[in-house]
Amino acid sequence: MLEAPLPGGRGSVEPVRVSAASILLAEPRPQGSGMTKLAEIILVVLLTASLAIGLVPGASYSHQNRDITAAAPSLKFPLGTDDLGRDRLTRLLYATRISMLLAATAAAATIALAFLIGGLAGYYGGLCDRLIASILDLMLSLPWLFLLLAVRALLPLNASPVTSLIATYAMMAAVGWAAPARIVRAGVRNFRHSEFVLQARAQGCPETRVLLRHILPNLRPVLVAQFWTAIPVFILAEANLGFLGLSASDPFPTWGTLLKELQSPLLLRPEAFAPAVAIAVSLLCFKLITPWGGSQV
Amino acid sequence: MRRHLGKIVRQFAALLATAAIGGFLAAALVRNGPGFEADERDLDARLNDGSRAAIRAEHEERRDVVRGYLHQMRAMLHGDFGTSYSLQRPIGELIAARLPVTAQLMAIGVGGGWMLAFALALAAVLWPAVSRTVGALSTIALCLPSAALAIFMFVAGGPVRAIIALVLFPRLFDTLHNLFQAAYERPHVLTARAKGVTGPGILFHHILPICAPELLALAGISVVMAFGVAIPVETLCDLPGLGQLAWKAATARDLPLLVVMTLMITLLTQFCNTAANWLTREEQAC
Repeated sequence: MLEAPLPGGRGSVEPVRVSAASILLAEPRPQGSGMTKLAEIILVVLLTASLAIGLVPGASYSHQNRDITAAAPSLKFPLGTDDLGRDRLTRLLYATRISMLLAATAAAATIALAFLIGGLAGYYGGLCDRLIASILDLMLSLPWLFLLLAVRALLPLNASPVTSLIATYAMMAAVGWAAPARIVRAGVRNFRHSEFVLQARAQGCPETRVLLRHILPNLRPVLVAQFWTAIPVFILAEANLGFLGLSASDPFPTWGTLLKELQSPLLLRPEAFAPAVAIAVSLLCFKLITPWGGSQV
Repeated sequence: MRRHLGKIVRQFAALLATAAIGGFLAAALVRNGPGFEADERDLDARLNDGSRAAIRAEHEERRDVVRGYLHQMRAMLHGDFGTSYSLQRPIGELIAARLPVTAQLMAIGVGGGWMLAFALALAAVLWPAVSRTVGALSTIALCLPSAALAIFMFVAGGPVRAIIALVLFPRLFDTLHNLFQAAYERPHVLTARAKGVTGPGILFHHILPICAPELLALAGISVVMAFGVAIPVETLCDLPGLGQLAWKAATARDLPLLVVMTLMITLLTQFCNTAANWLTREEQAC
């Protein structure tokens, strides 16, 4: 549990208890509109189906039906099979699970990194701030996709599928911190001279404790907004990387690697666009449930 | 005048320094990556031991990243961009051949994206009835991966050169819509409208001057965004431009080409940002 006084009453500082998980998850969501509720339901259904597919006996993303390759949709295979005879629907559901959960994990990691770096710059100021600001400028001046391409292409040619999957999302987290860090830096600078921080420092509170227990909880809305905005950004980035053959390697399915099928003229049928539809629908839902609009997508 | 000149020189030096640091970081990153020593030519069964040894010697040459980078920078100052390892051609020649393709693609993309976003944002502000439809259209376009859009356009036989415009449009629309909305709600604009000033008069004399700094900044960002989109579009649609070259450089771990591409992209971005900052400051000073 974290303890943080909120700015407000002069002198008397009321400690507020905030759990670490609540910083990312308990921000009040937009209320009311039917579309928002529908978006929430769709996301929950998508995520539940993707988690439940693991419980279905025989549903494997890597099982190859060698006698039914590139099959059209049927009752047994509602989205048909790919060129190796793997069930497209099963792979799509596994891909949903991997893409959504890993994008959320990468978003959480990127926000933690952004808080660490932006927080240091904003809190200490001076040379540290100038140095970090220059690094931020440099990071922000390179196109995301080019940076990801360059970094992702560094992996060895024989990297295992798990390594390539983890590396893809880890790199997205490592590259994506610059924009949120700039916002965090501005937020921390605002709090640096506020009364509750001055009071905490006057009472001998260590700097790390001031940053983690007093400033962090007050930055919650900013961090939550950045977290929800980062998820769709990472989903789209992975989709583009996968399309270029630089995401997880076979047999792991992600939305990006499934989209790669579209490059094969023989497999180009309407059902092959299902991953694109899944991405579009889930991003639309994220945009609808994000009160800040997720315009950085 | 002298103060202005000093500022320009400082900005230019900062621009070059940032690009040089970016290039060095790219070189260091690629050189120290776990896959740098891997070479697909090692798997070629036709090569004998001598050829394999020559390939390994080639890697040895590239081992010292600082010396290699300084050597490349020195050569670049004399107009020699080096030779691409993977494509076996001078980098300057590769860039010169591919630049027109990307320039044309980006010009169509940025111009088209701006025209579409500008017109629709203005329409959404002026006629609230269309606001919801246009907003929904923009949101849907925002949720489509640019690579999927490129393939869809390619398969449908549509104009692949318009893809960048379609990808940029929703990213510009949101900002433009918010800007215009705020500008049209300003008291002096409301007064002008109440006094009977017509649509174009309001737009050119009241709205655009208010929004100019933000529009200029957005213009700078949109060029960089367009290059980001050009990478998958050129790769997937097999357009021989700089985006495809960047992809080839990354996948082939072509260090000299990657360094030049990083320098070029950083310079382009920094130039756009600096120009937008300058114009914004000039606009605000007026």
